[in-house]
Amino acid sequence: MTPPTTEKMPSGGAPPSKAAPEAIKAIPVRHYGRYVAAVVVIALLGLLANAVAKADLQWSAIPDFFFDGQILEGVKNTIVISVLSMIIGLVLGVVLAVMRMSNNPVTSSVAWGYIWFFRGTPVYVQLLLWFNLALIFPVLNIMPIYKDEMTDVMTPFMAALLGLGLNEAAYMAEICRAGIQSVDEGQTEASQALGMTQGQNMRRIVLPQAMRVIVPPTGNEFINLLKTSALCEVVMYEETLRKARNIGNNSGAVVELLLVATLWFLIVTTVFSIGQYYLERRYAKGSSRQLPLTPLQKVRQNLFTWHRRPARSGGMKS
Amino acid sequence: MTVMVKSEAVHKSFGHVEVLKGIDLEVKTGEVFCIVGPSGSGKSTFLRCINHLEKINAGRLYVDGTLVGYREKGGRLYELRDREVAAQRRDIGMVFQRFNLFPHMTAVENVMEAPVQVKRTPRSEARRRATELLDRVGLADKVDSYPAQLSGGQQQRVAIARALAMDPKLMLFDEPTSALDPELVGEVLDVMKALARDGMTMVVVTHEMGFAREVGDSLVFMDGGVVVESGDPKDVLGNPQHERTKSFLSKVL
Repeated sequence: MTPPTTEKMPSGGAPPSKAAPEAIKAIPVRHYGRYVAAVVVIALLGLLANAVAKADLQWSAIPDFFFDGQILEGVKNTIVISVLSMIIGLVLGVVLAVMRMSNNPVTSSVAWGYIWFFRGTPVYVQLLLWFNLALIFPVLNIMPIYKDEMTDVMTPFMAALLGLGLNEAAYMAEICRAGIQSVDEGQTEASQALGMTQGQNMRRIVLPQAMRVIVPPTGNEFINLLKTSALCEVVMYEETLRKARNIGNNSGAVVELLLVATLWFLIVTTVFSIGQYYLERRYAKGSSRQLPLTPLQKVRQNLFTWHRRPARSGGMKS
Repeated sequence: MTVMVKSEAVHKSFGHVEVLKGIDLEVKTGEVFCIVGPSGSGKSTFLRCINHLEKINAGRLYVDGTLVGYREKGGRLYELRDREVAAQRRDIGMVFQRFNLFPHMTAVENVMEAPVQVKRTPRSEARRRATELLDRVGLADKVDSYPAQLSGGQQQRVAIARALAMDPKLMLFDEPTSALDPELVGEVLDVMKALARDGMTMVVVTHEMGFAREVGDSLVFMDGGVVVESGDPKDVLGNPQHERTKSFLSKVL
């Protein structure tokens, strides 16, 4: 078989014009509105800073308690409960998404009902329900394998884990379903036509492409979860907020400790946001012609080409 | 000459709409079989029935003597399981109008995917073979490109290489050049012509009458879910007998 010939185009269509025209030197448009807006915003910021400076705060309490052992343990617990709840949410979410999309009317309606319930009720209420489960089921009796007092089982940790995890699963199920359904049906047809089974199609073709749609909202979900975990205070779970409130009430530095908690939440969410950025980048493979630059690469590019910014180098590499 | 595809009174409905109203035809081994007709005539649907992407509602469809999608036992039909249908499809390559390349894989990975996953070919062996096939369709220099970095014609040629990687005994082409810029059509048709010269059995749904006339061994004209006219492409296209065929050809030629 002869390969079809690929013609080589001569580089450049029209010959370059002989004398380059004179470069344009024009007076740029003045944006006076921008100056006004900038002055107003800076003035407002100044007022805000002034108010904060006058506030009756023991500033020294913030660094004093920032690395307090109790606070650090609270931060650790916040991360632990968020990560574990997210894992439950992910695993159960995928199962629910598959159930929801199945042709079996029983499994799909059960998944629908689950999502309906857990998305339709506040997490706060769900946490309280789990925590107080012992009031209606004093004994946990899973017939042949396990039997114990409910109060021993439903510790603050368990209540927080179930409350957050089961709630998260409902949201993850919808995200996964949206992701899987976003993949063009032609992809499944192509893999089926090649003789791949439904399982292979899902694992090798659909899911890797669905990830691009699933990862960004999942990252958002996780960051939300980090913040929502502060609600676990209500079930006595010793996370950042609860620790901060304890110390604050005992030492009298209530607001200072709340600020410590605020700063820690900001740090943790920022760190995970950066992680999310790189995760998204990884799953963008093949969707665009060139991967977006990482912030570090951008800085480097700008440093080395400071005076002569090149036009965005896009296009095809060959 | 043996028969590769045999269709007996094939019917297919989507809901209440009957798209195929009894298709009878035979595709002989080694021939290029073209299906032409206006859009909505059911030609693409029929093609998709051949590898069971669509289930037929009545009639029988055989590929290489084997019933497609069902098993007949004691006068009753049993639906095949997912795995069995997949096994039947291995020997039937398909090329789609919209290419349907896997966008998260490079060209060579697209071609390797099915041999590695379905046939359990060792990766190194599959890669060697895939590179060879890409070379055969004139894309030796695009092995590591992602589909988004390729032109439509190049994508379609990768898609043909991907189908060939499974060593099919039959190739189905569903309007393979309809989504291409006019100047890219030629490169895809060239690959198909070369494939035909090598003796591949091909069923081609197409609007390229020139290709049908030049390369086709048989041709059917479909309209409204039935075969209106069939025969040698030169006869049917050059001297159509039915009014419907004449009016269609007068518009496309």
